[in-house]
Amino acid sequence: MSVAVQPARRRGLPPSRIGLHTFLIAMCALWLFPLLWAVYTSLRPISDTIRHGFVSLPGTLNFDNYVNAWNQAELPHYYLNTLIVSIPGVILTLLVASMVAFGVSRFTWKFNLSVLLMFTAGNLLPPQVIIVPLYWMYQWIHVPLGVSDNGLLLYDQFLGIILIHVVFQLGFSIFVLSSYMRTLSQEIIDSALVDGASVFRIWWNVIVPLCRPALAALATLLFTWIYNDFFWALVLMESGAKRPITSALNNLKSEFFINNNLLAAGAVLVAIPTVLVFIALQRQFIRGLTLGATKG
Amino acid sequence: MDSATTDIALARQPRRFSLITRKDKLVLALMLGLPIAFDLVLIWVPTLASVLLSFTNWRGVGPITAHNLIGFRNYKFLFTGYIYFWPALEHNLIWLGFFLLIATPLGILMAVLLDREIRGSRIYQTVFFLPVVLSLAVVGFIWTLQFSPSDGFINSAFALTGHNLGVDWLGNPKINLWAVLVAASWRQVGYIMILYLAGLKSVDPTLREAAAIDGANATQTFLRVVFPAMAPINVVIVVVTIIESLRAFDIAYIINHGTNGLELLSTLITNNSISEANLIGFGSAIATVLLVISLVPIIFYLTRVSLESR
Repeated sequence: MSVAVQPARRRGLPPSRIGLHTFLIAMCALWLFPLLWAVYTSLRPISDTIRHGFVSLPGTLNFDNYVNAWNQAELPHYYLNTLIVSIPGVILTLLVASMVAFGVSRFTWKFNLSVLLMFTAGNLLPPQVIIVPLYWMYQWIHVPLGVSDNGLLLYDQFLGIILIHVVFQLGFSIFVLSSYMRTLSQEIIDSALVDGASVFRIWWNVIVPLCRPALAALATLLFTWIYNDFFWALVLMESGAKRPITSALNNLKSEFFINNNLLAAGAVLVAIPTVLVFIALQRQFIRGLTLGATKG
Repeated sequence: MDSATTDIALARQPRRFSLITRKDKLVLALMLGLPIAFDLVLIWVPTLASVLLSFTNWRGVGPITAHNLIGFRNYKFLFTGYIYFWPALEHNLIWLGFFLLIATPLGILMAVLLDREIRGSRIYQTVFFLPVVLSLAVVGFIWTLQFSPSDGFINSAFALTGHNLGVDWLGNPKINLWAVLVAASWRQVGYIMILYLAGLKSVDPTLREAAAIDGANATQTFLRVVFPAMAPINVVIVVVTIIESLRAFDIAYIINHGTNGLELLSTLITNNSISEANLIGFGSAIATVLLVISLVPIIFYLTRVSLESR
């Protein structure tokens, strides 16, 4: 396809533009199709698809599958599990990452770069590399029974899932925040130091507020990543009832009969929160990713 | 992006310790020390432990004694006796190849097309990026609705036209990897597109203007001027592509627990070690192989980062 066109403001589009839009619209249709198909299937009762086949015009369209999925898979319960992990996970990651980023970007000492590299490398490892020892470590850390319901501090506990998310996500967040902080003016920090402000106060009252755009961008990304996690909870959360929403879809599968219409409704319900976050905060979302990729 | 974020970091010496009190130093040490300690204990100690455990036959019960040390026996069995290892490695490499040759170039193409001022660019971007925000678990279910042998869209649509394909897209071990790669790429293309768009936006526009004045057409400008100027983002793209291929797990696990044609190094580790089999030492040997492979792109990337920050 020729792309050698200056956007001249003539009446009508030049042929190459028409070709480009045709291509893009076709790609969009291809990209949206699996999603729209899931939505369409979810709106049809299974009796309707059995009678007419899956690829057919609908006899009936209703929200019954959604009601059933909502109740049968106890979705509210699993949404809550995900919130219990993701909200503290996002807040803790941002707090800790901004501390470390402040330390490595605003003060000179010998190990600045090594610290940054260590966190970044940890973030890039496939989780399966560490899962075996981590699984046993989690089982070894005992606490009195009153402290947790199974006598373990981390295994099969929300705390354990939150902790591994925070530690694993730190790398990316520190990387983004430290390059963001390097763009801030040193004079603000200098004058605060001259005024006798403590390092802690400079971090909390000066740096964190200045980083608000980067923090907001990271928050949307981190929320999506933690919400979408499947692996950590699969291995480190033994009780099915404590697992997050991404695992709840399995509750809609029975051994003998798979109701695709019900599953489609479940998949749409699981997808809705991150899609809403993305649509509402698209700018933040994309800025977060691009801050990481282009180093500011 | 904010202008503040696109400016190159001020080339100023960071603060020296002179204005800082002893208490401040202690606070700083805690602010850095605690996260470092957690990172070491929860990521780097387990990484090292994976390597050490791979030389044992520990099954997770009782202490590890000298009797558990078996040298390279796990590796010997892995490379010569375990029938799933080479297929899994091959699947990871096919995954990587598919991403590098199809998904990533397609993402770059979309970015290049959408970078220019065209009407509706935002809407196109939103559509292509939408799958990226979905959980891979959801992606797996959405594509099951396409690929399912009797109820899926593909086979049903063909049946309507009188062609009974009868292909079990996700169950046939000869083709299910490719079906899964289509689903995984659906997500990867948008991810690469957004990263690349950011890179394109950060290229100095005067470079393009100069190329246009010199009479270069759009293709020439991209290949000779823009692409070379994007070396840093190209590195990120390649590293992201490799890492995502090595991390592949969720979709394969959702579909059939990573068996029957969908074996991956990641699913072998999980299935051997976190299961009734409890083959800790053996699973750790697979984890060590995955670690060694992952270290190649990681070290490559970190070297670039540290050279840039000098």
